[in-house]
Amino acid sequence: MLASGFVLDFLKGPTLALQDFCLLTGRAMRNVTRQPHYSDDIKLQMDSIGVGSIPIVLLTGFFSGAVMALQMGRALQQYGQTGRTGTVVSIILVRELGPVLTSLMVAGRNASGIASELGSMKVTEQIDAMRALGTDPIQKLVTPRMIATGVMLPCLTVIDDFVGMVGGWIIGKLLYDLDALQYWSQTWHALVWSDVAQGLLKPFVYSFVISLIGCFYGLRASGGTQGVGRATTQAMVAASVTILILNLFMGLIFVKYSGT
Amino acid sequence: MAATNLLEFDKVSVEFEAGVRVLNEVSFAVPEGQTRIIMGAAGSGKTVLLKTAMGLNRACGGSVRLLGEDITHKPENQLFEIRARVGMLFQDSALFDSMTVAQNVAYPLLNQKSIQIPRDKMEDKVRESLRFVELEQAITKYPSELSGGMRRRAAIARAVVTGPPLLLYDSPTAGLDPITAHTIMALIIKERDMDNTTALVVTHRYQDGNLVANFRYNPDNGTLDPASEKATNTVFMVLREGRLVFEGTQTELEACSDEYVGKFVKKPEMAA
Repeated sequence: MLASGFVLDFLKGPTLALQDFCLLTGRAMRNVTRQPHYSDDIKLQMDSIGVGSIPIVLLTGFFSGAVMALQMGRALQQYGQTGRTGTVVSIILVRELGPVLTSLMVAGRNASGIASELGSMKVTEQIDAMRALGTDPIQKLVTPRMIATGVMLPCLTVIDDFVGMVGGWIIGKLLYDLDALQYWSQTWHALVWSDVAQGLLKPFVYSFVISLIGCFYGLRASGGTQGVGRATTQAMVAASVTILILNLFMGLIFVKYSGT
Repeated sequence: MAATNLLEFDKVSVEFEAGVRVLNEVSFAVPEGQTRIIMGAAGSGKTVLLKTAMGLNRACGGSVRLLGEDITHKPENQLFEIRARVGMLFQDSALFDSMTVAQNVAYPLLNQKSIQIPRDKMEDKVRESLRFVELEQAITKYPSELSGGMRRRAAIARAVVTGPPLLLYDSPTAGLDPITAHTIMALIIKERDMDNTTALVVTHRYQDGNLVANFRYNPDNGTLDPASEKATNTVFMVLREGRLVFEGTQTELEACSDEYVGKFVKKPEMAA
């Protein structure tokens, strides 16, 4: 009896947090179709989240594609199949590494950024002031960030995929003397529509994870600057772990229903 | 004819943790044109009372009527329109730190659905509000560039820019030097007398209440002139551990024999 009571008490906190997260998600989604729409805030966030993340996405994409070509080329060399490097780089980047690495980079940069920004507003009563001034903080702060991340993360993933392929090509050319035409025709022909769908759907789903988790922890921040720091760390860790878990399940769904 | 009550608390209780009440069955009504001075020690529930009046905190018992509407169980999205008709000054001003003073003051005009002001008239309205608090020169500054008193004045400008009939001031003079505190209280009196607003002023300084109860703004020379307690329509309330332990005029407050209530009163013989 005592143990079950302890377990129930232990589960109360996480269950309440999950309930609050679901309510926040529901309200943020509902606001997409509701007036007023804060288009200026959406544009501002698209610039901050999307354009601001381009440098890290370029670096991540290039070096992950390059290192993949380096290791795959070496492995394929044993079977005399170095020419297939483009195929392997293309499939792995578009299906898995592109969406996951881009999302993790954006989560590290923006989930924490959103949490710290909203957390600071929360502890200095700016969120209460917003409510008192007749504005819904979810409509003004959460929905624009959710829309902006939903639009920009798939775009960033496409950039990451392409730059990764360029990185793979440079390594293939320098180390394995791959022909450019052969490499690019293989990367192109290796991809089927379900790969492209998977590569775009995954970041779209992860965009909600990043923006909503960042906003959730920010809006729950309490206890001054220390609380804001804690919210920032929790948001980044929770968003990254959720992305990795979701990635496995989404991968399983695609393998089961599309065979890729 | 009796004046309409703009705010009514009927046995309102607020709990943040189960069994721990920060407000305990508080009842009072604020008629139109009245100014209420709410005093009490730190943690007595003054700020919670103001936030409950706005629906920012939810009552766990009793009912709250704001501007004639029962807001006790109203969903958050139905409260925004009601809150838009109430101005609030937060304890630490709560200015949006990523916006300039002008953007802060323009915020209610731009974001409240019920406010329909043409864009070209917006700047005039913002300037007018900042002129009222004598802060027009700081229009392009950010809150971080302002002193504590200037931040408080900018927050007052933001609270009054839409001309709300009810104003809630949470510790407007907290942390300010006596001269700046006097300036802020003079602004509150000026707002009351120029626009005939109803107000709740949370403070722990008796002299703030004394100023509101005994002075009126003279628009001819811009000074505060002595006035009778009746003319200023001021009522004092004292909170203790979430309970309302005193409600009455300044004369009644000064005559009150309760030891706790007496601690907030600077009696004439003590002042001398």
